[in-house]
Amino acid sequence: MGEAIVITSGKGGVGKTTTTANLGAGLAKAGMKIALIDADIGLRNLDVVMGLENRIVYDLVDVVEGFAKLKHALIKDKRFENLYLLPAAQTRDKTAVSPEQMRELVGQMKEEFDYVLIDSPAGIEQGFKNAVAGADKAIVVATPEVSSVRDADRIIGLLEAQEKHKPFLIINRIRASMVKKGDMMDIDDMIEILAIELLGVVPDDEFIVVSTNRGEPAVLNPQSKAGEAYRNITRRLQGENVPMMKLDDDSGFFNRLRKLMGFKS
Amino acid sequence: MFDLFARVFGREDASKDVAKERLRLVLVHDRASLSPQALENLKNDLLKVISEYMDIDDEGFRVDFSRHDESMALVANIPIRSVKRTSV
Repeated sequence: MGEAIVITSGKGGVGKTTTTANLGAGLAKAGMKIALIDADIGLRNLDVVMGLENRIVYDLVDVVEGFAKLKHALIKDKRFENLYLLPAAQTRDKTAVSPEQMRELVGQMKEEFDYVLIDSPAGIEQGFKNAVAGADKAIVVATPEVSSVRDADRIIGLLEAQEKHKPFLIINRIRASMVKKGDMMDIDDMIEILAIELLGVVPDDEFIVVSTNRGEPAVLNPQSKAGEAYRNITRRLQGENVPMMKLDDDSGFFNRLRKLMGFKS
Repeated sequence: MFDLFARVFGREDASKDVAKERLRLVLVHDRASLSPQALENLKNDLLKVISEYMDIDDEGFRVDFSRHDESMALVANIPIRSVKRTSV
């Protein structure tokens, strides 16, 4: 019996889909059997981030409505044969499925996969409720900004009200140079405010844009800093004790010089 | 660079401290927010208890959250029609 984890945030644009794609690819690379569910009905994106947009035949709503079998709707990843995606419907809206239907679907998928990762839509309404319904655990993604932290706090409150396992936090897009100047909240500030367990910290990394352009998760790139952070998170999810990555400030003069000259910082 | 200079000489707070302070306040409010239904129930319960001691105007009865600097308060405005006389 596998485990279902929902990736959520409240606020849009903080990196839920990127996180889902990277954790999925990272866990699959580690040999786990993984299914990703895009629960953002009407605004699907996990397919493009994974580079699988050309293979969609059926979607989540087709499966829930009994129009397609689950095994026919699941898209096999190009890189890993133990990684699958259940895409969201693009021409429907979130009322097309109910929390009960999601609970049943996720329960069915857990029998077959080690992890079922559910990419939640932004917001706190039905799309969020659907995404959370079948999950055993929740990961809250937040960036070190006032609006994101506020929304994360709201989501944490809602998850706790549902008596789920206390959610885990991923701090995304942290910038060491700004933290150093006191212009960005650091890890301790975020934990102090949100009071939940930290699962990982992902540095702001331009490579994420490149990786999304190409549809290849950054976790598979050994040079990417964000990729390294995601690899650490996948190991933590599997129960390993991995220390938090040191955030390098590469904005200084010598660091820039070193980079220019081709030394790895 | 000027920012850093200004900060070293204590002229400006690091902006993350401003962020934290603002968040702390706004979250107290967010977290304490009762649903309109719960607030209505609270109001009715208060009304019941206070009515045992005095005659109050339930039309003008208001209960709301209020924030003063760093603390939160539940503020009730209860117009009194008359205080019941004790028979002792």
